[in-house]
Amino acid sequence: MGTPGEGLGRCSHALIRGVPGSLGREGEGVAVDLPPLDLAKAQREHGVLGGKLRQRLGLQLLELPPEEQLPFGPLLGDIAVVHGDTALITRPWSPARRPEVDGVRKTLQDLGLRIMEIKDENATLDGTDVLFTGREFFVGLSKWTNHRGAEIVADTFRDFAVSTVPVSGPSHLRGFCGMGGPRTVVAGSSEAAQKAVRAMAALTDHPYASLTLPDDAAADCLFLRSGLPGASPFLLHRGSGDLPNSQEVLQKLPDVTLVPVSCSELEKAGAGLSSLCLVLSTRPHS
Amino acid sequence: MTTEVGSESEVNKQDEQIGSDTAQEKPDEEAPESQQNPSSEPEEVKSPTSPPAAVVSKSSPRSQKKEKDPSESRGISRFIPPWLKKQKSYTLVEVKDGVERKEPAEPLLEEAAVEKDESAAEEGSMARGDAEEVLERKRQGVRADEKEEKHSVSSAETQPAKEDSKEIEVAKVEGIQEEKQEGEAAKRETKEVQTTELKAEKTAQKASKKIKTVPCKVILLDGTEYSCDLEKRATGQILFDKVCEQLNLLEKDYFGLLFQENDQKSWLDPSKEIKKQVRNLPWIFTFNVKFYPPDPSQLTEDITRYFLCLQLRQDIASGRLPCSFVTHVLLGSYTLQAELGDYDPEEHNSDYISEFQFAPNQTKEMEEKVIELHKTHRGLSPAQADSQFLENAKRLSMYGVDLHHAKDSEGVDIKLGVCANGLLIYKDRLRINRFAWPKILKISYKRSNFYIKVRPAELEQFESTIGFKLPNHRAAKRLWKVCVEHHTFYRLVSPEQPPKAKFLTLGSKFRYSGRTQAQTRQASNLIDRPAPYFERTSSKRVSRSLDGAPVGVVDQKDFSGPAGDVSVYGPGIASHSMFQDGDGRREFRSPTKTPQLQFTTEGKRKDHLFKMDILPVKEKQQIPAAPIVEEKAQEMDKSLEEEITSILFSKEGFSASMKATFTSTSTRPAEGSVVNYSVPSEMLSSSPFSQLLEKRAPTAEGPCSGANDTVKSSHETLNVVEAKKQAEVGKEERVITEGVNGRDKVPPGSDPGETRKVESLAHKDSPSLSSENSSSSSSDSEEEDVGEYRPHHRVTEGTIREEQEENEEELEEEKEEWASKVVQCVEAVPEASSVKQITVETVVQENVVSQKVSGEKSLKEGDEQDMREETEEEQHRVNGEVSHVDIDVLPEIICCSEPPVVKTEMVTISDASQRTEISTKEVPIVQTETKTITYESPQIDGGAGGDAGTLLTAQTITSESVSTTTTTHITKTVKGGVSETRIEKRIVITGDADIDHDQALAQAIKEAKEQHPDMAVTRVVVHKETGITEEEEE
Repeated sequence: MGTPGEGLGRCSHALIRGVPGSLGREGEGVAVDLPPLDLAKAQREHGVLGGKLRQRLGLQLLELPPEEQLPFGPLLGDIAVVHGDTALITRPWSPARRPEVDGVRKTLQDLGLRIMEIKDENATLDGTDVLFTGREFFVGLSKWTNHRGAEIVADTFRDFAVSTVPVSGPSHLRGFCGMGGPRTVVAGSSEAAQKAVRAMAALTDHPYASLTLPDDAAADCLFLRSGLPGASPFLLHRGSGDLPNSQEVLQKLPDVTLVPVSCSELEKAGAGLSSLCLVLSTRPHS
Repeated sequence: MTTEVGSESEVNKQDEQIGSDTAQEKPDEEAPESQQNPSSEPEEVKSPTSPPAAVVSKSSPRSQKKEKDPSESRGISRFIPPWLKKQKSYTLVEVKDGVERKEPAEPLLEEAAVEKDESAAEEGSMARGDAEEVLERKRQGVRADEKEEKHSVSSAETQPAKEDSKEIEVAKVEGIQEEKQEGEAAKRETKEVQTTELKAEKTAQKASKKIKTVPCKVILLDGTEYSCDLEKRATGQILFDKVCEQLNLLEKDYFGLLFQENDQKSWLDPSKEIKKQVRNLPWIFTFNVKFYPPDPSQLTEDITRYFLCLQLRQDIASGRLPCSFVTHVLLGSYTLQAELGDYDPEEHNSDYISEFQFAPNQTKEMEEKVIELHKTHRGLSPAQADSQFLENAKRLSMYGVDLHHAKDSEGVDIKLGVCANGLLIYKDRLRINRFAWPKILKISYKRSNFYIKVRPAELEQFESTIGFKLPNHRAAKRLWKVCVEHHTFYRLVSPEQPPKAKFLTLGSKFRYSGRTQAQTRQASNLIDRPAPYFERTSSKRVSRSLDGAPVGVVDQKDFSGPAGDVSVYGPGIASHSMFQDGDGRREFRSPTKTPQLQFTTEGKRKDHLFKMDILPVKEKQQIPAAPIVEEKAQEMDKSLEEEITSILFSKEGFSASMKATFTSTSTRPAEGSVVNYSVPSEMLSSSPFSQLLEKRAPTAEGPCSGANDTVKSSHETLNVVEAKKQAEVGKEERVITEGVNGRDKVPPGSDPGETRKVESLAHKDSPSLSSENSSSSSSDSEEEDVGEYRPHHRVTEGTIREEQEENEEELEEEKEEWASKVVQCVEAVPEASSVKQITVETVVQENVVSQKVSGEKSLKEGDEQDMREETEEEQHRVNGEVSHVDIDVLPEIICCSEPPVVKTEMVTISDASQRTEISTKEVPIVQTETKTITYESPQIDGGAGGDAGTLLTAQTITSESVSTTTTTHITKTVKGGVSETRIEKRIVITGDADIDHDQALAQAIKEAKEQHPDMAVTRVVVHKETGITEEEEE
């Protein structure tokens, strides 16, 4: 259980998965209307992200190799929901993505996490529809995640309140909101984002401050404590190259070290910071 | 009541008074039936529901057997109780207390509303007319009451068992009176005590009556059983107190007794007779946590935490409180540490753990991890381990959530979770909606449907009513009750008085009657006993028996009073402690207690006096009146401290210093009361408390609060009626408080309150209404199909707190002044010198013509509750009176196409300006009543060092003209050879702006001076209803 809020973002490891050449190509069973992608740039961005996680944040970086048959493999944030010593392996909405879980499961298991899996075939759950605030979970009911999937989140993390938030529009819940601090929710300014934030505000027992950013994607950030307990936490966020309008507002967040990264090319494949990496702590209670 | 009077009379008068107070205030349906049945029975036609509270408070009137009410205190009690009583007796309508009176009116109104939602205006007019009639009746009733009062000193004392805060307040008042009349009180024959407890005591003492007893079993949290025999008519409170004594538990407000009822478990209502709740024999209950403290670390005693731990272990093992694997392990390890101590590899083999159950599905892996963690807790004491356990358990999302199965409007299975913060809606395990208390305007049920009306969301204009379908009507009612209780306990500073007979045919009057969390925290802050020893029974060994002996007198004392130990030994002190116990708990738990001791010796007498003081204080602390809220609480604290000091003095013997302190204490309250008056206006302005508590809902709430006055005035809708009722209730409470506060000045305090009450009553009660009420009363039975509760009012109280704090400063200053003055007086006139004080309190009410207006005004004066309620009403109005069903508000909200409760609110009545509204209809009747009560205390001689003062005579004269009501209290007391005559006048000027209040005031003062040339006017308090200004002159 830990201390509510203060455990948010505590991590020792980061898990990423390389970008396969198939990401930019259509077909492959993944029929999505995606804009053309500069694969090399995407891979560069991914490499930079890994470097920042390792060097800037000091995390132990685990990188799964890319697999061509899993074009969306890099978006492993959809594949697992990790909190504390427990990892819930999801059941992605897209059947084509379900094979992605195998590698992730094994890796997490090897790290000593308790693995929970979704066996219910009626459940769909994308990991990026789950927002953990440090005190509770919100599960976005989006086109990817259904009620049953959310219920399994609640079943897995029983200590916490798990509330459902209707998500309208083309995004996952984490696509437009995230945590900017233990008590701060950051959200984009789109109607869908604001609506979700209002819903969350109504559902929670805890008071959160809320920071609205001009860009939805800028709210897809990661609050991470990778250092010693007293060290300043980091906020991994989209930099000025990607989203110049939101930078100034992000400066308002107190007590965090901003770590900007860019993933504008990966974004074209539907990726965001929350989906590009999984962070976890192998000693969640220490 | 009469029947019981004889037997109970012997019980300490104080106790009785307390009991009666409680009884009076307990609006619960139960109270009337059970305790006051004797008196009410004749009138039962009215129905047990509405009258009970009223009956209780005014129980005395019928009991004319006892005619010793010379004391001032009686004056107070007289006023309140007699009115109630008389009204009852005279007019079948229930005019008992202000509250009751109001209620009767409400029922009519509501009925009308129900019948014709559209014709609210008509209703309003009718109500007015009724109110006038009522007023007349009231006046008559007052007269009659006074007479009756004389006979029955403290009629209110009838129901000891019930321990409502309100009641307690009354008790305080009585206590004050008693102080004055201590000697008298001692000799006085107790009033009628209908409560079983009292009876029990009597039996114990005198064994005069034989009582039928029922065997009763309570399963305690450690799995052991507690058995006892209860008097057949015992209330839930009696049993609960017995159990708590057995457990040595002081912080008991978090707990309750459950009983099985048709496959469902229901909470035993402490204020009702057990036999009316539990249909089946034998009586078997389980002792459980009812209100889970959000922060267990704030509990004062380890023993309380221990019981909470036991409950949580049950909850977790049974699966009611879901935990993750890790949490099961962690909590299990703390359980082991608490129950077994440090891990000992020799003693604790691998099997030791399997005797414990940590989780519904306990695995070997889990047990191993538990052991691992257990090893790491080395050095933690049991109490520390419990604390750690609780620190982790409290964070569980389902901690303290009481789940109820239901269906939404589409028939989908959901669960409603009632918790400290509000109402949670779950579908499966997912939280799909949440309604914080501040967001909920009204909770109601009808048949098997449960409804909540919620404040409009930020961008929405209309309130929405959301309906849920429960399995049956009992489940709906149970959910509703739980909601009412949780809201009251967690959100309110003090409990709300139960509404009285709102509906003709339907409506539960149920309200939470225990202490709120705020109150219980305050009370537990005063616990200063050494940490009680208790043995932790291992959770694995369920059959272990508690070592606690049955209820022992000594034990009881210890348990009951913080200072119990000390008190026990010294007779005087002992009696004192006993009293405290009674007050604090509001109960006379054990019949075995020997109240008689108190009266035996002079020293005891002193104690008695002391007790009187103490009682009020404690009561305040524990059961602060809703209106005064925090101020009172703080005051109470202060007073407690003082009292404590005074107690020390008392040990030494009554000394002049004692007296001084004593008097000073009493004076403070009086001033406090004054302050209270001023407060209301402020309170009105600063209503948005909810914002503080709830950041989410601030906007909605904020605006609403501002418009209180207008809204209040204009609304004549049923809701309005309710508000008025509540307001009246508040008035009552307030009055009581005042009385309590002004111990010495009891008369003045009581007078204003009485007058107010009268007015309100009159307004609200119309003859027709009364009749209706009587008819409706029958509906109060447990089977009510409908219940309504408006949490919002309460919420507003929060605001009050802040303001009150401000007032407190003033109060303090005043107190100091007063105290010093008093002391001076006492010292200056050490012997034989007479201190004469004329207190003229003039209450100028500019617009009191209309019944409604008057009610509102009265509310303004002191009733925070009223304010709140009104505020709510306002909000409703502001939002749009037409109830609206919003389906869009929240994604998963279940909307009900037909807002069941809305009807009431749809009725809007025209009068927007209540204050402006001047009704010419004022009753032209001029009534003059003079009461003279002479009482001689057993020990009139001032020689008794312990005498705080003996009341020689108390006189109350009330005269009414069209525009003014003058109540004069003349009290003569002898304190240690010093005789003091105090005349307090309360003049209420009611009328249009036409009246020159200044002139009227001047006239009043002039008259007072003329009438008592040899006395000095020490204080003039002017309270204008219209203006918020309050002036004091000394």
